[in-house]
Amino acid sequence: MSLNPSQLKHVAHLSRIALEESKIPALVQDLNAILAFAEQLKDGRLDDLAPMAHPLDQQQPLRADVVSETNQRDILLKGAPATEQGLFLVPKVIE
Amino acid sequence: MSDYLQSLSHLRAGLDSGIFSARELTQYYLDRVSRFDGALNAFITKTPERALAAADEADQRLAAGERAPLLGIPYAHKDIFCTAGVRTTCASKMLGDWVAPYDATVHQKLNAAGAVLLGKTNMDEFAMGSSNENSAFGAVKNPWDHAAVPGGSSGGSAAAVAARLVPVATGTDTGGSIRQPAAYCGITGIKPTYGRVSRFGMIAYASSLDQGGVLAGSAEDCALMLQAMAGHDPRDSTSANQPVPDYVTELDQPLAGLRVGVPRQWFTAGLDSVVAARIETAIAELESMGAQRVDIDLPDAELALAAYYLIAPAEASSNLSRFDGVRFGYRCAEPRDLNDLYERSRSEGFGEEVQRRILIGTYALSAGYYDAFYGRAQKARRQIAANFEAAFRDCDVIAGPVAPTVAFDLGAHMSDPATMYLEDIYTIPVNLAGLPGMSVPVGFSGSRPVGMQLIGSPFTEGRLLAVAHQYQQRTDWHQQIPAAYREGAA
Amino acid sequence: MSSMNGWEVVIGLEIHAQLATKSKIFSGASTAFGAEPNVQACAVDLGLPGVLPVLNAEAVHMAALFGLAISAHVAPVSTFDRKNYFYPDLPKGYQISQLAQPIVSGGSVTITTGEGEKAVNKTINLTRAHLEEDAGKSLHEDFAGMTGIDLNRAGTPLIEIVSEPEMRSAAEAVAYARKVHAIVQYLGICDGNMQEGSFRVDANVSVRPKGETKLGTRTEIKNVNSFRFLERAIDYEITRQIELIEDGGTVQQQTRLYDPDKDETRMMRTKEAADDYRYFPDPDLLPVVIDQALLAEWKASLPELPDAKAARYQSEYGLSPYDAGVLTSARAIATYFEQTLNAMGSAADAKLCANWVTGALAAQLNKANLGIEQSPVTSDALAGLLLRVADNTLSNKLAKEVFDAMWAGEGDADSIIDTRGLKQITDSSAIEAMVDGILAANPDKVAEYRSGKDKLFGFFVGQVMKAAQGKANPQQLNEVLKARLGPSEGSS
Repeated sequence: MSLNPSQLKHVAHLSRIALEESKIPALVQDLNAILAFAEQLKDGRLDDLAPMAHPLDQQQPLRADVVSETNQRDILLKGAPATEQGLFLVPKVIE
Repeated sequence: MSDYLQSLSHLRAGLDSGIFSARELTQYYLDRVSRFDGALNAFITKTPERALAAADEADQRLAAGERAPLLGIPYAHKDIFCTAGVRTTCASKMLGDWVAPYDATVHQKLNAAGAVLLGKTNMDEFAMGSSNENSAFGAVKNPWDHAAVPGGSSGGSAAAVAARLVPVATGTDTGGSIRQPAAYCGITGIKPTYGRVSRFGMIAYASSLDQGGVLAGSAEDCALMLQAMAGHDPRDSTSANQPVPDYVTELDQPLAGLRVGVPRQWFTAGLDSVVAARIETAIAELESMGAQRVDIDLPDAELALAAYYLIAPAEASSNLSRFDGVRFGYRCAEPRDLNDLYERSRSEGFGEEVQRRILIGTYALSAGYYDAFYGRAQKARRQIAANFEAAFRDCDVIAGPVAPTVAFDLGAHMSDPATMYLEDIYTIPVNLAGLPGMSVPVGFSGSRPVGMQLIGSPFTEGRLLAVAHQYQQRTDWHQQIPAAYREGAA
Repeated sequence: MSSMNGWEVVIGLEIHAQLATKSKIFSGASTAFGAEPNVQACAVDLGLPGVLPVLNAEAVHMAALFGLAISAHVAPVSTFDRKNYFYPDLPKGYQISQLAQPIVSGGSVTITTGEGEKAVNKTINLTRAHLEEDAGKSLHEDFAGMTGIDLNRAGTPLIEIVSEPEMRSAAEAVAYARKVHAIVQYLGICDGNMQEGSFRVDANVSVRPKGETKLGTRTEIKNVNSFRFLERAIDYEITRQIELIEDGGTVQQQTRLYDPDKDETRMMRTKEAADDYRYFPDPDLLPVVIDQALLAEWKASLPELPDAKAARYQSEYGLSPYDAGVLTSARAIATYFEQTLNAMGSAADAKLCANWVTGALAAQLNKANLGIEQSPVTSDALAGLLLRVADNTLSNKLAKEVFDAMWAGEGDADSIIDTRGLKQITDSSAIEAMVDGILAANPDKVAEYRSGKDKLFGFFVGQVMKAAQGKANPQQLNEVLKARLGPSEGSS
């Protein structure tokens, strides 16, 4: 179960991370060293175990359907890289 | 001025009796920060003006007769807790000078308790690392030995407390990030049961593993601080809906007959012999206090490591998708198009280790690999939790190493990330099972401290703190201060 | 569509219904439609660092009601997963949805296509209905060459209702979508407003040669904001696919947008293998547990649903299946109908009422493009008119005239009858006098009638009505005329 450079490029695209070609071989090596740990997971004892998504044995709490938030737009938009007329701006999205 | 380099209960007494004011106490620690932090780099952001204002407020409350455990006590936050009005960076270029418009629940609680925030501490970027070298704000030095790392990811908090730049600090622990730096820096740290401390406003690394906790000079100080931080939070769905016991009262619970489990599998070739010897001595001390040593089996440490290094990156890859250069934080210059905006903002904004973990996590979740990686890792997690359950049928607490070695040299593992991950082999299983764990200083190997880990079953923080506290009544490892940071040191 | 011979159409629908909660699914921000950009997007909706979701109880309740209404399995334990992809209107880089353990699975609805003798009922099975959060909106108007992002809608609760691919025509697909639309409105869990995007229908369409068991490659049609467009878009797509295959081409798996102006679908994007959403359990949320006692309470609270109501209209009021179907097709229509009947009190006449609601009223509403809630003639006003029909004050013809005047805002039925002097003549002596006058004026026609030309009866009716300015009671007129003319010899 190791990763090759073309899989790495696919994963990088899914992650929206730009890769420099020159860094790919070293990165493939690093990632495969980490993935090598995963060999442990072939352990047959695991076959019949239920996956554990969460350590907490609790159920989802529910919130009453009440509007508790007021308009904080000016404060919330302050940290944004580009805004106009109360909108976040991104390069033109072509649909 | 040794009045100030004291435990929280001494500081409490000093404040309550008017021997010194909160302002004086705060000023004293602010002075230590400005005097010593240049070398340590434990702080990312210092907030002296806010601190003095908060101290004045505490003094007014004190003058009005109010008495509360943390009123006027200075502390620092790991820079992963959101604080309205003070930037939160997660030690990443990605967040830059982003200021959260809200307080983390932990911060809200400490604020309400009257604690005085001195600043926000350095860490591995987004809490990913075991050495604090993965920081956009530079590495932190270990106060015991400037050639050594302080551990990570809560390295800044650990170094700051060890050098007594603050009496106490917050941290977070996803795979050992409180316990390992506490061990490396010779201080006391507690990672509570998953869900004990609210995660609201604590920037997520791996949501099912992250847990906030304390780094302090003693178990008693941990208890005082945790008391204020713990509790159910309706804003965090994964917050435990369980009453919080009185940790300070529980410190003195009798330990006679307490069964201390010692995992056979942890005292093997992988563990440094001096570290092993120090821990054995500490366990013997516990026995002399009336505890009963039980050798137990706790297998599958490598399996836990494998599971952790898929589950944590998988969750991280998703948690960190929100850092996209659109609504907050870093955006690359002059993006050509949307994809360029995403890719360049993220590859310029995130450091190498963060990118590595995002890539691994994305791969582990991607079509065709999910079952072999993530699905399988979740099954392994079940196995690890079951191992602990079995172990706790034979013992009440588990004692063992925090890390295989003492603090390693700066730069030692930077070229080989996978070997760095082995540092977490004893701490990771605890996070996978969601259990409380502590690190307690038990001596030195050369100039570098050794920590002992204590692990309990869910919601037994009180018992862990009691074991550590009573041990600390008979030893003084926790009171050691590195020579360069003792009062009057040049 | 002669080219359809030999082809079988396979359609499945994915319906996104916005739940009518006050606040969002995971935050306390308002869900109200039409606010200024981003004023209803709080820190949780924006996905700022450190914030966490907390589930809205009402969203769970509403999703469960839908499951109960369609006799589906409402899961005692359901879980949330993250669907990961980057898009500017998706703030966190993932959508919180339910993949592995949806809150609702299975269930079915019954649809009717065709009318009268040709009406056919069919059961359409549902795969699942799950809770998820809506995304924001991208505004493509030009902001100096940039796209603007409004996240007010982000976090609005949705149920995504997925059908089995069991529909075989656009008409069936529309009937199914209308039935689901009716159910969510009856339940009060969705306002059903398609223009505002509260109820969005995506259609997966494929074709295959008749007899073939393997499914053909499907396309997904998005952006359909009315049932009329849904039907047209599917029909267009069926024809396109069949023509493509018959011309030797192959259908590509892709997403297509319907353009109502051109009445065609066009490609939006191809479904690449690169679509990899990396679903995994959301670690910020725990399993949602629905207590069985509570579920039983919810089940008992269900309102009368369209099928049950239609059955009752038939058995209780003797309405035709068609009328019962039309009257129950939307909650607002049924409500209007029932209110009209109630307002008529002891004179209530369900068939008369049904005729008017599905006839004159529906025609006017359709012409004016209004919903029944917006009808200028209220149910009370219509009842006032129908009372005058029931008590013979108005003939049907006059009633239509009064109705038109009411529609135009001239007042209630009685005042219009008064001002226009439209009251029906029911005084028998007056009618007899008019009949006698006409017979006296047409002796030759009377003679012809009596010698067997019975078709002239209609002529006399017409003449008398003309003299009565249409106001003579038609039944009385018939009776008097028959009595006065006597038998027509040839008619025996």
